[in-house]
Amino acid sequence: MKVQLVDIAHARSGDKGDTANVGVIALKPEWYPFLAEQLTLDRVAKHFDGVITGGVERFELPNLNALNFLLHGALDGGGTLSLKTDAQGKVFSTAMLRMVLDVPDDRATSLGLPPAR
Amino acid sequence: MTSSADTNRIVRVAGGQGFWGDWLDAPRRQVEGGPVDYLMLDYLAEVTMSILQKQKERDPQMGYARDFLGAMESVLPAVVDRGVKVIANAGGVNPVACARAVLDVAAKAGAQGKLKIGVVTGDDLLPRIDELLDAGHSLTHMETGEPLSTVRDRVLSANAYIGSTPIVEALARGANVVVTGRSTDTALTMAPLRHEFGWGAEDWDKLAAGIIAGHIIECGAQCSGGNCLYDWRNIPDLANIGYPIVEARADGTFTIVKHPNTGGRINVPSVTEQCVYEMGDPNSYITPDVVADFTTIHLTDDGPDRVRVHGIKGRPATDKLKVSIAYRSGYKAVGTLVYAWPDALEKAQLADRVLRERLDNMGLKFDQLLTEFVGVSATHGPLTKFTGEAPEVQLRVGVRSNDRKDVERFTREIAPLVLNGPPSVTGFAGGRPKVEEIVAYWPALVDKTVVKTNVEVLS
Repeated sequence: MKVQLVDIAHARSGDKGDTANVGVIALKPEWYPFLAEQLTLDRVAKHFDGVITGGVERFELPNLNALNFLLHGALDGGGTLSLKTDAQGKVFSTAMLRMVLDVPDDRATSLGLPPAR
Repeated sequence: MTSSADTNRIVRVAGGQGFWGDWLDAPRRQVEGGPVDYLMLDYLAEVTMSILQKQKERDPQMGYARDFLGAMESVLPAVVDRGVKVIANAGGVNPVACARAVLDVAAKAGAQGKLKIGVVTGDDLLPRIDELLDAGHSLTHMETGEPLSTVRDRVLSANAYIGSTPIVEALARGANVVVTGRSTDTALTMAPLRHEFGWGAEDWDKLAAGIIAGHIIECGAQCSGGNCLYDWRNIPDLANIGYPIVEARADGTFTIVKHPNTGGRINVPSVTEQCVYEMGDPNSYITPDVVADFTTIHLTDDGPDRVRVHGIKGRPATDKLKVSIAYRSGYKAVGTLVYAWPDALEKAQLADRVLRERLDNMGLKFDQLLTEFVGVSATHGPLTKFTGEAPEVQLRVGVRSNDRKDVERFTREIAPLVLNGPPSVTGFAGGRPKVEEIVAYWPALVDKTVVKTNVEVLS
């Protein structure tokens, strides 16, 4: 079954220089372990391939049912240098939530994950 | 030894401004909507200092956030009659002039002698840069490692982020308004808690709690339902949104609340979104006062529009301060045109190719030339995978160069496309794009020992 991140998580993003940070938060606490397992460094780097020019860092915050990702080289130089509409990385949050995950049907059912719209 | 009265005592710090440009009405609403002890106003972003420095060069009495004067006027009755104290980093690069202007505002309102303004200085390192470089403080760029000498002749401002200690001192000396320059945003909230509860400079867990309280309310309504993705459709009455208030206790636990009869929403999801905002390594949120650990934050819903925050741990501060340096870095301009159905995207793409060919033919050179198709791919780029038929598309082209002339020339190439490019184009009423000078940001570290803060109390 296909599951889209936007249906199982919410997010907020911001900037620090040329780096965007994306905090991804499980919509239900019981979905956090699944999120932490699925959102690996490699998967997130692949998701943003061609969107950012640098690497990705990943941090876990089980206390907030959240993961924090640093996307380097995301903002065309960042701050005042950037020519991008989203120079401050405000909507990298929902760019992350576009991600679609392939989940075995029985797993999705047992976790109560909604199918992608 | 704290008495049980102390243990139960609550100090309320209200966030009234999340950046310079935030809702003008928020400070007044925060002091009139219910009980608060402190009003915290955060005005400074990374590049704000350089704008203020330019203003000070033109007029030595300027260089601070002018919005603060209006805010002070609107909250003056609460400060004078009810003892609400105000803490703001509105001083920018000229905290003393800012404080004098506030005293003038008070005098005009008939409140002479009612304000004691604590002024914190010492963060401004601009006059000391060469002295620091000569003494071996290289001020290298924290990310690129480049030495400051590469941009030294273009530096506009340089300020150390300073912590809570001088604000605590100003409060201890009886100030009811504290004006700082480049204090950290979070220190503005933590300092009054340190002052009220007598937290020591090495009470790491409590200091960290104060810093995280500051982080949660420093962006104003962004923790109380503003810009909140979680259940956004059902967040009530955004027009009347309540800004956040920290109800803090001596043990370092606190509750995020807002005034009754205000809009917005405070719950675990809304506060969690703000916790992760602009987060780096959550294990080490480094401030001048303490290293706070965001992986120890625990949030609990505590009734409607109340979130209890507890469990926070901190570690000793480092021996460095971050320095925010701003320098001139060339010029930029952004031009836009709007293309309509049918084939809006194709037309915008053709216009972009035509524009680029003309810029090429003129031999103009840019460090960056960026095209976005707003309505299709500007915000999420290739992740959008757009295949539909857009009703309209905005072509948005930006250039960046050290050569002002080339950027100027670019700005003359947008409007002609209306008559000599692809059809169905509109949306050029704003006129020729403006050339902007770029002031770029250079983060560096400096030894704490070289920054000497000073507190003066004016009345």
